Amino acid sequence: MSTQTKPSPVETTYREALNQALREEMRRDERVFLLGEDIGVYGGVYAVTRGLLEEFGERRVRDTPIAESVIVGAGIGSAMGGLRPVAELQTINFSLLAMDQIVNHAAKIRYMSGGQICVPLTIRTVSGGGNQLAAQHSQSFEGWYASVPGLKVAAPFTPHDAKGLLKASIRDDNPVIFIEHSLLYSTRGPVPPEEYLVPLGQAEVRRRGKNVTLVSYSRMVGLCLAAAEKLATEGIEAEVIDLRTLRPLDIETVIASVQRTKHAVVVEEGWRTGGFGAEVASQIAERAFDYLDAPVARLAGADCPMPYAKNLELMALPSEEDIVAAAQGLLGR
Amino acid sequence: MGEERLLEFLRRMLLIRRFEEKAAEMYALGKIGGFLHLYIGEEAVAVGAMAALEPRDYVITHYREHGHALARGLEPGKIMAELFGKATGVSRGKGGSMHLFDARRNFMGGYAIVGGSLPLSVGLALASDYLGEGRVVLSVFGDGAVNQGEFHESLNLAALWHLPVVFLCENNLYALSTPIERASAVTEVFRRGECYGIRGRQVDGMDVQAVYEAVEEAVARVRGGSKPVLVEALTYRYRGHSMADPVQFYRKRQEEEKWKQWDPLLRLRQRLESQGRLPPELRSQMEREVEAEVEAAVAFAEESPPLPAEELCHDVYSDKT
Repeated sequence: MSTQTKPSPVETTYREALNQALREEMRRDERVFLLGEDIGVYGGVYAVTRGLLEEFGERRVRDTPIAESVIVGAGIGSAMGGLRPVAELQTINFSLLAMDQIVNHAAKIRYMSGGQICVPLTIRTVSGGGNQLAAQHSQSFEGWYASVPGLKVAAPFTPHDAKGLLKASIRDDNPVIFIEHSLLYSTRGPVPPEEYLVPLGQAEVRRRGKNVTLVSYSRMVGLCLAAAEKLATEGIEAEVIDLRTLRPLDIETVIASVQRTKHAVVVEEGWRTGGFGAEVASQIAERAFDYLDAPVARLAGADCPMPYAKNLELMALPSEEDIVAAAQGLLGR
Repeated sequence: MGEERLLEFLRRMLLIRRFEEKAAEMYALGKIGGFLHLYIGEEAVAVGAMAALEPRDYVITHYREHGHALARGLEPGKIMAELFGKATGVSRGKGGSMHLFDARRNFMGGYAIVGGSLPLSVGLALASDYLGEGRVVLSVFGDGAVNQGEFHESLNLAALWHLPVVFLCENNLYALSTPIERASAVTEVFRRGECYGIRGRQVDGMDVQAVYEAVEEAVARVRGGSKPVLVEALTYRYRGHSMADPVQFYRKRQEEEKWKQWDPLLRLRQRLESQGRLPPELRSQMEREVEAEVEAAVAFAEESPPLPAEELCHDVYSDKT
């Protein structure tokens, strides 16, 4: 019997896990640097980059003007020139100002150049609502980006995955849109003290169950887990899949689960029309139609701009109760 | 300036002109698809500017870039093959006329979103600065780009961070059909860097030596570690915006004739001839050699294999992670 024991994981916040990932990758590789609004002296509007300026200096932690297009474009260009930039866009809403750089440039340069030039750029940004920030600060565009060939899109739920996926994104030779969620920054979870990576493109089964599969990513995974607890008290065993990466999408894990449970609920914060959940539902229908005992259920954000009023905002987002009701509905309970 | 260098400038300008004339012919024959933006008339800008660079410097440009690519030394055959959509093209047939790339020559691509390459040039300069490489970035764009937000974001950040970029505006007076005075509140492009503390300079873009000297001075200044520089080259495209553009709808023939009197090839040739430096036999030899080079480029493109089906989704991602 081995006397060696692995060091035990440390309870860490999502925010601190991201900070560790940045710090470790910057220590590991001199080419990694950060740029973005308020990331240096201020430490980031969500305090993810706090302390990094002090350790790495202004050359590697660069405060920028409010100019999203050149933040991303300078990231792309410096990646083309041999660096491994991590650009922070304060929220995904602001990424629309950089959409030309992200979609027309970052995602295309490798292909248009016939494979000559890579763009190893990571764009960290914050998606989602739930903070009463109203229509221009509460959107979820990760599904849009996930539809673009040439981009990878990660959207972690746990501190463990936030760290491991961010490190993997920085080491990836492709542009990665790395989606964080403001309501997750203070959540805690175990993070191994030793070095690890979480590969892009692998979903995680967060809870095993045999009656229904709940598929989600980012903050909504937490609601799915809470819903699964409730369903369990009624004798419904829900399996919860955390996609972790939207592109590449690990649909195999979803299909394998649905083939066993014969029921699927797909949950996302973004708008229902054209949402990422529609892609997941359609792939389930294409690949596992004969296994399904009921149509795939979808829960998504309401098809309206996000309202400010708290009661309306709550109605605009999927809730734990919605997920429970959807699962019950599929199972005829 | 030495005789050899001026003769080389003339030869390069002639190569661009003959290449573009042949490309127009190949387009009419259906060998080239998509959009084709010819550089005829503007040859002095590319030839003068590229001659002022070192091989390690970066070039990044827009979609009317055949001239830039040829002046930078990309093989005419591989450029023509790219226009033909062949596997031997400079971008392996994936980019086409608007997206010529050659990483080995630090030719970082032609881009087809007006203004879109400017932020990239800031990033390339940042990489050079960060790594202490001493490379300068030549960032080429047209007068149509200067009203895009990306132009202003890029000039501001490049100046703020003292990055080694020479911004080179090829002002050919028209953004597709719209004349600059109908699009720009300030039509002197070289002055538009002033609010970022960027030194600007206007140059006769129909005079290859003038362009060379202006860009060389800008490159030296920028390589010396000062702020970026903005050079405006006044030039004129003889053809339409693209092959699909009926130029007579918005331009007067008299204006075209006026600019053609300043033709960059004609002027340099006359100058060399008047100084006895271009005897008729040398001139015809140069013509013959350039024509043969262009014919060889077409033959190479014709004979090159098409892209195999498995190329469709290849090069979307790097496998290295």
